[in-house]
Amino acid sequence: MSETLSAASPPSAAPPAPPPPSPRSLALARLRDLALVPAIVAVAIVGWIVSPVFLSSDNIINVLQSMSEIAIVVLAETIVLIAGKMDLSLESTFGLAPGVAAWLTVDPALTRGLGLDLLPGAWAVPVVLLVGALVGAFNGLLIVRFGLNGFIVTLGMLIVLRGLLTGISGGQTFFALPESMTYLGSTSWLGVPASIWVSLLLFAAGIVVLGFTRAGRALYAIGGNTDAARAAGIRTDRVLWIALVVAGVLAALAGLLISGRLAAVPSAQGDGAIFQVFAAAVIGGVSLNGGKGSVFGAFTGVLLLFMIINVLTLAGVPAQWTNFLNGAVILVALVVSRITGGRAQT
Amino acid sequence: MNVAPQVPPDGPAGERRPVVEAVHVTKRFGSTLALSDAGIVVRPGETHALVGRNGAGKSTLVGVLTGLLAPDDGAVAFDGRPAPPLGDRDAWRRRVACVYQKSTIIPTLTVAENLFLHRHARGRDGLIRWSRLRREAERTLAEWSVEVDVRQPASTLSVEQRQFVEIARALSFGARFIILDEPTAQLDGAGINRLFTRIRDLRAQGVTFLFISHHLQEIYDICDQVTVFRDARHILTSPVAELSRPALVAAMTGEDVTLPRADHRPVPADAPVLLSVRDLVTASGAELTLAARSGEVVGIAGGGGSGKVEAAEAIVGLTRPVGGTVTVRGRTLRPGSVPDALDAGVGLVPQDRHREGLVPALSIAENVTMTVPGRVTRHGLISPARRDTLARRTIADLAVKAAGPHVPVAELSGGNQQKVVLGRALASDPTVLVLITPTAGVDVRSKQTLLGAVAEVRRRGATVLVVSDELDDLRICDRVLVMFQGRVVGELAHGWSDNDLVAAMEGVDLHHV
Repeated sequence: MSETLSAASPPSAAPPAPPPPSPRSLALARLRDLALVPAIVAVAIVGWIVSPVFLSSDNIINVLQSMSEIAIVVLAETIVLIAGKMDLSLESTFGLAPGVAAWLTVDPALTRGLGLDLLPGAWAVPVVLLVGALVGAFNGLLIVRFGLNGFIVTLGMLIVLRGLLTGISGGQTFFALPESMTYLGSTSWLGVPASIWVSLLLFAAGIVVLGFTRAGRALYAIGGNTDAARAAGIRTDRVLWIALVVAGVLAALAGLLISGRLAAVPSAQGDGAIFQVFAAAVIGGVSLNGGKGSVFGAFTGVLLLFMIINVLTLAGVPAQWTNFLNGAVILVALVVSRITGGRAQT
Repeated sequence: MNVAPQVPPDGPAGERRPVVEAVHVTKRFGSTLALSDAGIVVRPGETHALVGRNGAGKSTLVGVLTGLLAPDDGAVAFDGRPAPPLGDRDAWRRRVACVYQKSTIIPTLTVAENLFLHRHARGRDGLIRWSRLRREAERTLAEWSVEVDVRQPASTLSVEQRQFVEIARALSFGARFIILDEPTAQLDGAGINRLFTRIRDLRAQGVTFLFISHHLQEIYDICDQVTVFRDARHILTSPVAELSRPALVAAMTGEDVTLPRADHRPVPADAPVLLSVRDLVTASGAELTLAARSGEVVGIAGGGGSGKVEAAEAIVGLTRPVGGTVTVRGRTLRPGSVPDALDAGVGLVPQDRHREGLVPALSIAENVTMTVPGRVTRHGLISPARRDTLARRTIADLAVKAAGPHVPVAELSGGNQQKVVLGRALASDPTVLVLITPTAGVDVRSKQTLLGAVAEVRRRGATVLVVSDELDDLRICDRVLVMFQGRVVGELAHGWSDNDLVAAMEGVDLHHV
């Protein structure tokens, strides 16, 4: 008999156990993270055929930059979805957080009466992140503390926050932003836009946190079976609350990046983006039922979505058809990931 | 009767301190008294049964013993020392663990991660070391001889494997006192045997079990001591060997209960054949041919993997058979079509009432009339009055314990939920009634009602098919077909002996050895 760890020795004979599941299903489960890689390669080949420009470094940077902000929101949504909740309000946080910062820092003398000029420009970035955290904390209050349905709560928050941004901006666009707000979105590090670096670094951090820390695994446990997670000693309420706050902060940061890139905060910033965010997460294998999916998978989901959009643009599809095609792309990407992933998305 | 267990009976363990001792425990939920000055003493190394009908307070006691519920009054002690504070989950888990009917495994995570949830192996940088975690998981399972690939997602585990994994997890915390909450309810005969083998092995190694079951036979098979709860109170604790079955049932119910013992009248030979199944082959390869007459109750027995459930599901159209025909009163059913089967007069009590039998959030009335919308409509619209009338009849006929037809079935106990499922099957006055494991996880009294209702159905001239491996279910049958590995291997007429049937289900022929 093999060595034993405890005082009790192992039972001498194991009763015959039912047969193990086929190794094939195990292999599939482990390869799930890479399910979209064939699709991405296929789209890259198609793109290269459509226009050889597609694989040029300029175009690749263009694709990565155009997706960098939304990708961060996808990362935020992935964290919430894996914990078994939903946050629709992220798209409004995406607009509101930089909007509030601009409102407090912009000089009305320069912008035809928009803004209050209450704070020096250096405060803009902390304000952006603080607004994101507050929105997340308020979502947590309603969802975790009061036990309200996350979908409805965040739907209400989506509308309220959008209305708040419209209210403080008077439906106008904030411009003449302080330099601290435009820096991250417009600068380049090592010849690559900073927003790409930021989003890639955040995804790398997300992969490590969700895959290799107890806190990250707690999200999976809660999303998979909350009662079991609680029984395992996980403070489920606290973890959920933190997840919602982190998601809010990430969405705010993403909003900061895009405001910096455009040097403005339109009152409609982020309007309707949440659908694309959900689509990217689900295409990337994140389950809407919670407990399933990975940060890397979510990244491949966004990448696939934006590559297809880029290919269509290169193919010269007229702008009037963009919405139709965006929707069609989501459906096609779902089908493609279903075929390559071999399992139904839920 | 003695009310509290202050004077512990002499267990096999003699004078040693009890593993767990709960005294004078009282627990209220709102106006409901769930435990009233109740208690239990479990001594080291014994396997202690806790029995009682649904609502007797067993689950509440388990909650108190595992530190998930704070008692309003009373105290719990482990090894003579007071229980740790409720917030200290780790301390509780070193003392006691419970394997619930409801899984506490997270299906989307791997077996390895489930074993070490929230105590993953970490490197010096604080990051999880997956390979080390897997090795530790493999070692833990090997130590307790659980043969499961730790890399597979827990959702692929069978009920039996899941229980073994949960037991191994509990032991790996250092707990040597394990509560099994109806562990056999979802297992077939062979699985139960393997579970019992394991319990005996672990007991020999000093693990103490508190075993909760509705199956009294199992208590006599595996337990040393038995404690009976009734109406939130402790009724008695006694060595199993000194308590006769009638006395045990009487303690549980407060009255004498006997299961319907088939006032057996042979089916007349000229009764018409209502159900005829010819050369049915299921997707899993099970084969079945049978003909059943009006007023006849036919049992289909067999262990897990015998194909009995698959065959029954093919008969009622839940699954599409590969070949063969099912004929009800001369009409051949469209394969794999539940509507066609319902239309032909087939009523079904499916295997898993939670999955296929009920919509928990809907009321009793809506569940009962789900299969018969035609009978509760007036001018094409559903008439609540007709629906409630039909539901009230079911509630009365089957003695469902509920305030009225508008109570959501989720609020009913398991036994009463099963009555609603049966009520739904009976709502259409079926010609052929198919019952799949109809009394699984149901208390003695409800079992009596359910089986009594079957006798009533047969008196009306319907044909009943009872698909089960539960001897009590099969005893009401006129004859029992025994399936083993997808084939019918024998047919036993009414009056079979338990040994014969069990042996046949296990693929053993006692008379030709």
